[in-house]
Amino acid sequence: MRIFAFIHLLVSIPHGYSNYVETKAGQFFSSGHTNNWAVLVCTSRFWFNYRHVANTLSVYRSVKRLGIPDSHIVLMLADDMACNYRNPKPATVFSHKNMELNVYGDDVEVDYRGYEVTVENFLRVLTGRLPPSTPRSKRLLSDDRSNILIYLTGHGGNGFLKFQDSEEISNMELADAFEQMWQKRRYNELLFIIDTCQGASMYERFYSPNLMALASSQVGEDSLSHQPDLAIGVHLMDKYTFYLLEFLEEVHPASQANMNDLFKVCPQSQCVSTPGHRTDLFQRDPGSVLITDFFGSVRKVEITKDTINLTSPVDRKKYITGFLCCQTNL
Amino acid sequence: MNERQWQSTDVEVNRSDGTKNSETFTPAPAKDQFQEELVIRPLHSGDIYASFQFRTLWDTDFLQEGQKKVSHYRLFPKSLGQVLSKFSVQELHISFTQGFWRTMQWGQPFIPSPPGAELWVWFHHTVSDVDGNWKELTNVLSGIFCASLNFIDMTNTVQPSASFKPLGLGNATDHRFLRYATLPREIVCTENLTPWKKLLPCGSKAGLAVLMKSEKLFHSSFHSQAVHIRPICQDEQCTSKAWELRQTLNVVFDHYTSGQGKKEWSLFKMFSRTLTEACPLASSSKVYVDITDNPELFELSPATPLLSQAVVLGDRRTYSVYDLTRAETFGQLRSFNLLLRWKGDNMLRPLLHAERYVAGFGLQTGEIHTVIYNNHPYRAFPVLLMDSVPWYLQLYIHTLTVTSKSRDNKPSYIHYQPAKDRHRPHLLEMLIQLPPHSMTEVTVQFERALLKWTEYTPDPNHGFYVGSSVISALVPSMVAMSTNFTQDQPLFSSFVPVKEESSYFVRVYTEPLLVNLPTPDFSMPYNVICLTCTVVAVGYGSFYNLLTRTFQVDEPSPPLAKRLANFIRRIRGVPLLA
Repeated sequence: MRIFAFIHLLVSIPHGYSNYVETKAGQFFSSGHTNNWAVLVCTSRFWFNYRHVANTLSVYRSVKRLGIPDSHIVLMLADDMACNYRNPKPATVFSHKNMELNVYGDDVEVDYRGYEVTVENFLRVLTGRLPPSTPRSKRLLSDDRSNILIYLTGHGGNGFLKFQDSEEISNMELADAFEQMWQKRRYNELLFIIDTCQGASMYERFYSPNLMALASSQVGEDSLSHQPDLAIGVHLMDKYTFYLLEFLEEVHPASQANMNDLFKVCPQSQCVSTPGHRTDLFQRDPGSVLITDFFGSVRKVEITKDTINLTSPVDRKKYITGFLCCQTNL
Repeated sequence: MNERQWQSTDVEVNRSDGTKNSETFTPAPAKDQFQEELVIRPLHSGDIYASFQFRTLWDTDFLQEGQKKVSHYRLFPKSLGQVLSKFSVQELHISFTQGFWRTMQWGQPFIPSPPGAELWVWFHHTVSDVDGNWKELTNVLSGIFCASLNFIDMTNTVQPSASFKPLGLGNATDHRFLRYATLPREIVCTENLTPWKKLLPCGSKAGLAVLMKSEKLFHSSFHSQAVHIRPICQDEQCTSKAWELRQTLNVVFDHYTSGQGKKEWSLFKMFSRTLTEACPLASSSKVYVDITDNPELFELSPATPLLSQAVVLGDRRTYSVYDLTRAETFGQLRSFNLLLRWKGDNMLRPLLHAERYVAGFGLQTGEIHTVIYNNHPYRAFPVLLMDSVPWYLQLYIHTLTVTSKSRDNKPSYIHYQPAKDRHRPHLLEMLIQLPPHSMTEVTVQFERALLKWTEYTPDPNHGFYVGSSVISALVPSMVAMSTNFTQDQPLFSSFVPVKEESSYFVRVYTEPLLVNLPTPDFSMPYNVICLTCTVVAVGYGSFYNLLTRTFQVDEPSPPLAKRLANFIRRIRGVPLLA
């Protein structure tokens, strides 16, 4: 009896092990994303809105540092602060009043700038409905396995966000744009961060699945700016994004920090406004979602020495299309 | 599964006859070469002018039909090569400039450019839809250079008939294949420098491009980066042609802001870097310093015996040459830092100089004045003036006057294309003979149009820009220019082909204009709604009250004592007082 059990155990171990490999492979292929995109938008014009450009550039800097390449980032800046004639230090945008961190840097590619940042262009980028002559760097070429980070900053109100002081986007339009993206299979999961006054009103109307949203203030509250710099003469950054940048500077590509840590960024004692978040449309538990799932471009690479049987052609196609990335032709 | 097709490269493989394995593989000699050069010219006001030029010459043919597409790129950037072949471009010139070149204080630049962005393209004569190609080309370039060049459309594109002849080989007769546009509002910043640097073979890692740090380059009085692509002859008889790509960067550092007020400059002070090596892919890498102006009072270190003379812009100049491909240039410390110190200020007065401004008052009419100065003491020469004015400044050409020395000066050639509202701008080209030592003034009156409210930019009170005028001329030269074709001419003197010895070609750009158009008050709808609602509320409310209000007589309230007495009487059940 014992010998029989022992033999059974001996036989089942290799079988169990190959089962383990197959389930791991199955998990590896079935869940998660394969590429990351970021759409970072600053919607304000004029020199006194320096802080909004600094906000956007600090998120750009973090996202680039954690691995997302320029070709996968759509950066929209509504005005030029770095080479503005009022900037006492040209080609720089600082985030801290002691001019410690130049978030503009030496290697930056802005895709939409100046008058090009309009509600129409923003929605066209999101939904992919761009004129045929639009170059690649201005397109959001995401697919159904992309995790997209969308960051908006500027002046806003209850249910709207102002673009360049001349037009607005409403929360309903944004929700509909995300629904279009969902129906066209343009994202796997989407993280939406907004740093404006009454920012929580912008994510109230979302109804598409797999969306997680964060805002810097609740409805009825104003988001405040952090600190002015006397040499530059304007406020350099908003409080929420300042603490967000501080948090992101600690994150590195192998970090296991998850979304619950992100929700704790900038409590009311630091931010004066109450940051909010929304996770009901998101399928996974926020505690299991890594920061680098959205802010970085970490590929899951598992080295294995065992062969994995890819049996049916349907399975094979499903496994392989998960790997193929967009080709870069002109 | 889609299989990749591996195309053979167009490098020929020499096989020895009969052998099966290609052990003796000798690739053909490289058909492309790269040269880089930096020219430093101290200016008499204490400022310093640095001009970088990077040239890639490639012996290939993008536009030949029937051949397989070029697919192997070595030094020539692939993104530009694909643009040239897809849109059948014969010649392409694009520049991004911040600041205005002050001709009177700084002399003539090696490669002039107007403020903002300027793009002019000659298409190949086989192109059937030039406008379509132009539109797509501007979009593709806006992606490559991170600039909003997609704002170039029919309302700001012109086809100059005489001003922009091809600078390389090309059929110069049919100007239907030429398109010219400027965006005077376009800014240039690190985001444009980054992709520009990535086009260089060595990037910004080695060679002269390590000096290009944006924090120093943009803290200057003038910054201009440009890309020029054209086909040229490889030799005197023009038996073989090659494509030439020149990337140029001109920068003028201000004496006071960057120089701390001293006429003392070094590479480290200008660029916050020194040179450590030449680009390994470059066949020649040189630094030229202009020491013509005051050879005795000039201090240059490290000293070099290498001098070179070049005739450029009508003047014979002497340059100290530093060859970076030689290890001795870098000295013991493996780092090359140039130090210049000079006193005194002699400057050759520029012979041709122009200004432009708007005269008039109010928001309805105005007058554009262009003033051109000929500073040559005894020679007169003709200049070609090209003006491209947007449609919303409606020019009245019958008011055009050209006066020199307070006398009428009739241009010998005028090409005028009137604007069509919302379709195309005005184009005015004139050939004017400038008398010696004189000032010529060209004036034309205009009326400002009222735009539709959606056509205003988000900041309409800033004003609307009108691009610079272009003045092209063959200026008589003090010194005989050399028409010899030599392969190893320095790059700065070989940009413009020299056809005759006695004159040199120069292009002068005027200032752009900033014009205020009558701007509606965009807060007006809000104000109107408030006012209207108030008036309606007050008016209607009063009217309603008048019609529906009824009046009742009300007894005055009795004094306190009586009220108290009535209260007690009520309790007792006794009738109340009146």
